[in-house]
Parts: sequence; structure tokens; C-alpha cells
Amino acid sequence: MSTKVLEFERPIVELEGKIKELKHLSGGSQEMAAEIERLEQKARQLQRERFAKLSPWEQVQLAKHPDRPYTLDYLGEITTDFVELRGDRAFADDPAIVGGLCRLGERVVMVIGHQKGRNTKENLYRNFGMARPEGYRKAQRLMRLAEQFGHPVICFIDTAGAYPGIGAEERGQSEAIASSLELMSVLRVPTLSLVIGEGGSGGALAIGVTDRILMLEHAVYSVISPRGCASILWKDPEAEQAAAKQLRMTALDLKTLGICDEIIPEAVGGAHRGFTQTAAAVAETLTRHLDELFSLSVDALLAARYDKFRRIGHLERA
Amino acid sequence: MAWWRRKKEALEPDSAKSKNSIPKGLWSKCESCGEITYTDELVANLRVCPVCQHHAPMPTAERIAATVDEGTWQELDQELRSGDPLEFHDQQPYPDRLARAMRSAGPGDAFLSGLGDVDGVPVSVGFFAFEFMGGSMGSVVGEKVTRVFERALETQRPALVLSASGGARMQEGVLSLMQMAKTSAARARLREAKLPYISVVLHPTTGGVAASFAMLGDLVLAEPKALVGFAGPRVIQQTIGQDLPKGFQRAEFLLEHGMVDRIVPRLEMKEQLGTLLRLMMGAPPRPVPPEPEPTDDGEPDGDGEPVAAPS
Repeated sequence: MSTKVLEFERPIVELEGKIKELKHLSGGSQEMAAEIERLEQKARQLQRERFAKLSPWEQVQLAKHPDRPYTLDYLGEITTDFVELRGDRAFADDPAIVGGLCRLGERVVMVIGHQKGRNTKENLYRNFGMARPEGYRKAQRLMRLAEQFGHPVICFIDTAGAYPGIGAEERGQSEAIASSLELMSVLRVPTLSLVIGEGGSGGALAIGVTDRILMLEHAVYSVISPRGCASILWKDPEAEQAAAKQLRMTALDLKTLGICDEIIPEAVGGAHRGFTQTAAAVAETLTRHLDELFSLSVDALLAARYDKFRRIGHLERA
Repeated sequence: MAWWRRKKEALEPDSAKSKNSIPKGLWSKCESCGEITYTDELVANLRVCPVCQHHAPMPTAERIAATVDEGTWQELDQELRSGDPLEFHDQQPYPDRLARAMRSAGPGDAFLSGLGDVDGVPVSVGFFAFEFMGGSMGSVVGEKVTRVFERALETQRPALVLSASGGARMQEGVLSLMQMAKTSAARARLREAKLPYISVVLHPTTGGVAASFAMLGDLVLAEPKALVGFAGPRVIQQTIGQDLPKGFQRAEFLLEHGMVDRIVPRLEMKEQLGTLLRLMMGAPPRPVPPEPEPTDDGEPDGDGEPVAAPS
């Protein structure tokens, strides 16, 4: 499945390739088995060490890794009965955002998420997961639907940002995002958002004003892409590595800044190299947070949500 | 050679003198039609070109004076200052940028909040200061905007925000992004309390400000030709790789696409705000200014020209 190997993944991928080769050659011989076991342990150790000290820029690359699991991958793995619901009832259906009802364990939930494509054809269809106004309006429609039937909403965030295009502006990209923010702030059901890859600016936040903000270990969340930031502040898009560092956009940064409530650990090497394990951690964490939120009254839930966002910011006094 | 040198020497002081002969700022050239207007006259006309009606950028102090009734402006939250939570350093440290902005635009930040009357209607009001780091929204701006809405709720006044901003302030990273959520949540409370909120979008209003409270007004008014949109034109052009249509993202474009209620010329803004607020609240119309000399006998001075058609 691997289509692209990042620079810092290469030593591990090469070692794994050698182990595979060795396994094939050994034909199941006993004396080789011990050696293979030793090499496998070494590979895991190497990976653990390398991934423990990823630079912010490497985190950004990992968050955008083409093999990274996307929203529909998680839905397929951790939910049952997922039925996709489409259209904003006003203009179109935007395949850059998917949503629908499903079951997470015992519970019926509304899931909404950005959806990237796995190849060029899919990406053209999904617009690389960059939603247009109709995507956000579909999301709003589904959130209201969830509210009407008392189902919680879970949003999977994974977008470079809302799409900057002529049609998107004509149809009110700003208004679509703005009204999503407002709606989510008063939605009378428990809400969760989980950044599974890229949390790109307003286009991400538009489905992220939730009771709990969760992030996968190698996900990022930022006000602007490092490249965009670099071209404005450094006047040089190539300064994106420096910008990635300055923007403090890793899951750990967001936790430190008091925005991310919990980081969900990924399999060593990233979600794409241990999907089943990562997805299981996702299911467990989502369920646990929903259990907690359902123990609150709706009024308490809304008051806590307001306070959560009300507190964010750093103020000094003259 | 000498001839050439002499001429050059003669020219240089001359051209320098002619540049200096008009004191800086006495005259202003319209950037749209090129008309030269006496600056005092232009300011008195709220910086609207008397020839082509071009709305030139307006310093925030003048904007406040043109919007809030004289003697009613009470600025609040003045003590709030931006910190440097991310220790952000691009080509220069964020605190240096802040210090420079404060030297040129005055202390505080890119937003002024307070209470005042607009055309006789008491409001909780806020003004973006575009001259302060492009009106960008960091923690302080987000906090002040939030307080405009919260104060409207406390004082049971309508809220009014005049926006001009490039969007979220990158130097405060994701904290700036989250101000979009914070302000929109505060705005939602005002809606639930059924208090009016009018958003006025000025040139330019883009990014995280446009994509939050600025487009969430019960009414959204725009100044003529104001550029308002989510993505900046340059970003869109780079993304789609083609030229943008004429007038793209301008107020007239927004009106045509149903994104704003009205385009209001600057010279009519205050009066329209008053009229709209009174209509929204079901308040009586603006008191008619008293007649200059009321007649003693109480007879209506009926010499008959109708001032306005009854409607």
C-alpha cells in the first residue's frame, strides 16, 4: 500500500524490507528465526527512537502522509451501519466532507469528516479534502439532524483548509464557516472532534467547535499552513520548516497550549503503519469521552463548551 | 562636461525643493481618480473623494468620531495588551512587531471596544484598527470582540462591530484561530437573547474575521467597493491559476451574490445604522430635529412643500 516513504521513514522501511527478504530466504528454519526476531526488535526500537524526536516539520509531513488513514478508513474500522447522507439541500453535495449516521459500539452517532482522496482521480473528486461552502452547509444540516434526534456528533478533521476558489467565494465561504462555528457552539448534544491528520485553519475549525478536541499523536492543527505563513512573514515559501516550528502546531503543542484535551497515541511509525491498533485506540477514546459528556445535563454541557472556548487566549495588561 | 555638470547640480536642489514646497499631508490625491483635494476638506467629507466617491482608508479615531455620537464614546478594555505566548520569531520577534505597531498606531491593539450612542441609539460597539498589524485578530482582539457581545448582553444593548482585518494573527498561531470560535460562541448568545447585531464590513475584511462574527450579523452592511472574502485574491489566483473576474470579492459582488444586506456609503452609514437599529428593536423613529423658529401662534407653517412622500 505504501506509495511514498518519507526521509525519516526510510531506514526503518529498508530494515523491514531486509527482514522480509530474510524470512523468505530462511524458509522457516529454526536458527534463522532467532536472528529475524532480533532484527524485528531492532527495527521497532529504531522506529520508536526516531519517532520520539520528530521535528515539527517532520510531524507536518507525517500528518499529510499519503498513506495516512482518512475519515472513511476509520469509519469502516470502528463503526457499524454507517450510512452516508449527502447534500446541503441548497446547491450541491460536496464530497470533500462526508457524513452520516452510524453506530459506535452501542451508541448511534452522527459522524462528519473531511475526506481526502487516495489517488489523483479520487482527489479530483474529493477536491483534496478542501471543502467548499456546500460542504460546511451539509455538515450543519447533519448536525441539526443529530440534535433533533439527540445523537452526539463526532467530527474527523483532516484538511489543508477550506477551498480558496471563485465559486467558493461566490457562494459565501466565509459565511458557511462562520455559521458552522456559531451552530456548533450551541448544539444541544455532546460533540467531539478528532484531528486525524491536518487541521488546516478555518476550514478545519468549522467542524471543530466541540466539547472535546482530540488529536492523533502525529496530527497537526494550525492557523495557517507553514508554507502560507512562510510566504507572508518570511516572504519566502521555502522557509516553511522554520514556520512549522514557530507556529507550534503539533499535538503536543496544542495540548500544552490548553486546546487539545487528549492525544491519542498512534502505532509506532504512525497510524498508516499500524492502523488496526490506532483505530482501536480511537474507538476507545471517543467512546470514553462520549460516556463522560452524556453524564452532563444539556445546560451544563453548553456552559462548559462556552467556557472552554471563552478561556482560550493569552492576555496581558498594560 | 562642465555644462552638463552645472545643469545636473541646478536640477537636483530644484526638484528637491519642489517636492518639499507643499507641506506633507496638506493635499491628498485620490488613489482612484487622481483628484487632488485639500486634506482638511477630505477629512470633513469622511475621506470620501468629492469627485468619484472613492472611499479612502479612514484612521480608526476618525471612524469612531464619524460613527458614535459626540460625547458618548466610552472606550473600555483599554488595558488589554498582547503577549507573546508562542515566543514567535519570524524575520523579527513578535514583541518587536507589536512595539512598532504601537508606536505608529497608538497603544492597545487592533480593536477598540466600548459603549456609545450611534445616531441616538445606545450600543455596545467595537472598531477594528486596520493600521495596527493589518487589523489582525489575536487573543486581545478576540477577547475584545467577545466582550462587545457579552457587554451587549449585560447592558441589553444591540451590538455593532465595524470590521477591517486581514484575518487571524499568525504570530499567536492556533490561539488566534480559536478566537474565531470564541467570538462566534459569544455572538450566538446574543442571538439567543434576541438582541440585534449589525456587522459592518469595511475594506478589507478577510480570513478568520470574515469567516466568523463579521459574517454573522443579523444584518451585514458593506462600504462601497470594500473587499470582503474568505481567501485573499492572491491566494485564490495562485490556487486556480487564472485571472480573477473584475470586481471579484468587492462589496457589489457580495451584494449580487446575496452575502450582504446593503452597501452603505460612508456619509450615510451612521444614519442608516440608527434607522436599522430602531427598526429592528421596534423603537420609534428618530426624533425630527426641532424647527429652527417655532411660531408663537402654533399654526403649522403650511406653505406646503412636502419634505418626503408619505410611505
